[in-house]
Amino acid sequence: MSIQATSTPQATSAQPSKTKTTRLTLGKVIGTTSKYALLIILAISFMLPLFWMVSSAMKDDSQVYTVPPVWIPNPAYPQNFYFAWNTYPFNLFAFNTVFRYAIPVTIGVTISSALVAYGFSRIRWRGRDTLFYLCIATMMVPFQVTMVPLFIIFKQFGWVNTFLPLVVPAFFGAPYFIFMLRQFFRTIPEELSDAARIDGANEFVTMWRVILPLTKPALVVVALFTFMNAWNDYLGPLIYLRREEQYVLALGLETLRLTITSIGATALAYPYLMAVSSIVTLPILLFFFFAQRTFIEGISLTGIKG
Amino acid sequence: MSINERRNLRNGLLFVSPWLIGFLLLTLYPLLSSLYYSFTRYDLLRAPIWIGLQNYREIFFEDPLFKQVAYNTVYYVGLSAPLGVVIAFLMATLLNTDIKGRSAWRAVFFFPAIIPAFVTAMVWQFLLNVQYGAINGTLQALGLPIIPFIANPAYAKPTLILIHLWAQGNALVIFLATLQDVPRSLYEAATVDGANAWQKFKNVTIPMCTPVILFNLVIAFIYGFQNFTLPWLLTQGGPNNATELYTIFLYRNAFVYLRMGKASALAWILFVVIVIFTVILFRTSNRWVYYGSGDD
Repeated sequence: MSIQATSTPQATSAQPSKTKTTRLTLGKVIGTTSKYALLIILAISFMLPLFWMVSSAMKDDSQVYTVPPVWIPNPAYPQNFYFAWNTYPFNLFAFNTVFRYAIPVTIGVTISSALVAYGFSRIRWRGRDTLFYLCIATMMVPFQVTMVPLFIIFKQFGWVNTFLPLVVPAFFGAPYFIFMLRQFFRTIPEELSDAARIDGANEFVTMWRVILPLTKPALVVVALFTFMNAWNDYLGPLIYLRREEQYVLALGLETLRLTITSIGATALAYPYLMAVSSIVTLPILLFFFFAQRTFIEGISLTGIKG
Repeated sequence: MSINERRNLRNGLLFVSPWLIGFLLLTLYPLLSSLYYSFTRYDLLRAPIWIGLQNYREIFFEDPLFKQVAYNTVYYVGLSAPLGVVIAFLMATLLNTDIKGRSAWRAVFFFPAIIPAFVTAMVWQFLLNVQYGAINGTLQALGLPIIPFIANPAYAKPTLILIHLWAQGNALVIFLATLQDVPRSLYEAATVDGANAWQKFKNVTIPMCTPVILFNLVIAFIYGFQNFTLPWLLTQGGPNNATELYTIFLYRNAFVYLRMGKASALAWILFVVIVIFTVILFRTSNRWVYYGSGDD
């Protein structure tokens, strides 16, 4: 409190006779104002790159190369979105991203991680905790270490230029999510499982009927994050997918950039690039808008439990 | 072992078998074969040839680029990880004060973290462009000198760090949740003892958050070492190798030059460094991390 009051020397020195409460209030007003001012400045600078992306997407060449920069294009060219999207088969790239990569990976990671987490938390068996610590320890292995030998293995399988190297590993569980789901499964009272077992249910039935319905929010977090990681992935597709008909959006956008910038600053290079970037970001924005609580809770949980 | 114990062991192993098989085939075997490849010359076309420590000797003593790459990586990770954690912590502290519309502010600061890195690279490359970028355009309009953010080797790494600081949403959200969990009673007790705002921040807030600070720091360091997409798409390691980070260098050796042996050696060096680094961070952590809340 005193810090805020002394930061306004006029209030304290000019009128020393004023009561303490008024000084505090004045200090508080200034404190609150500067706090909101700071928040607004920060928020604007955080959103500026995104605003620039969307506004640039709707410019024509005369509006791109100007000093000072045009922030709100007038006239705007929303048709850029359509033309940019059709420079390359982006519909196909979006289809590949969702149906050949993100959805299979999401299914694989969610199911396998839930099974493994169940084995690590709801069944007591010798050696369980040792294996669990090993599972946690593998999170420390950087992907670069396995990147090269895995490529060699998948090349020998003849899997390069297919989605298999990206999708198949997902069915072996993701340690990060195994860890998270285990923490959730552990919070469910043992009596619930015991009751199911007394009724003659085996472990699969117990998991399916008792545990999973109670941990739906956590499973949604796993599915959501896995889907987004696949949508955002660039390095995996870069290594394994070399034919244009297999490209995901990340590779398509990079190809668009290489084409339009290699000709030398083509008139519409940047607007088109920003148009496709905006479209690719839109689903993420929608996801976030409709599942904000899931996002925030999921991230908070992984951090706190860790 | 009783029948029950035996059945539980069988069931337990059955449930964890996806991970166990994955661990053996997709982690352990590649890890060991990578160690073997690191002692060979291997270009994928011909069979690997055993050359002993030649790859390591080349990396440490002969490769003119490796020193630069190591310096770039230490510079980038050493600054971006702690700075990112500090920024996220300060912003979470700001959001944790008595403000209106907290979740809306949080959404604004969080969102850049979930934008695809390949989009982030495109947008910032345009934004920072010397000729067409919004920032330099504004500087020029104000009669100020332009800043060659990614065109000048001296500015390239700080620019990468700047973009990293823009996307600290995850750490911010984790910090904010932690701050909201700090028991009110601790602050009330501090007030009774006559503590001012700064003393409360220093003696209550920070100690209560140290476990999460450690967590975020470890994550930031590990991800920092692995960063690829953003620097690769933003600068391709340039200008003049100023942003040739470790993973880019490794990728280039493996998939551009097809030097799988040397790339494996690079990967193992990185692995050892990360393990040593994490162990040190955890070992020293008991000096500054406070586990008082008693939960696990």
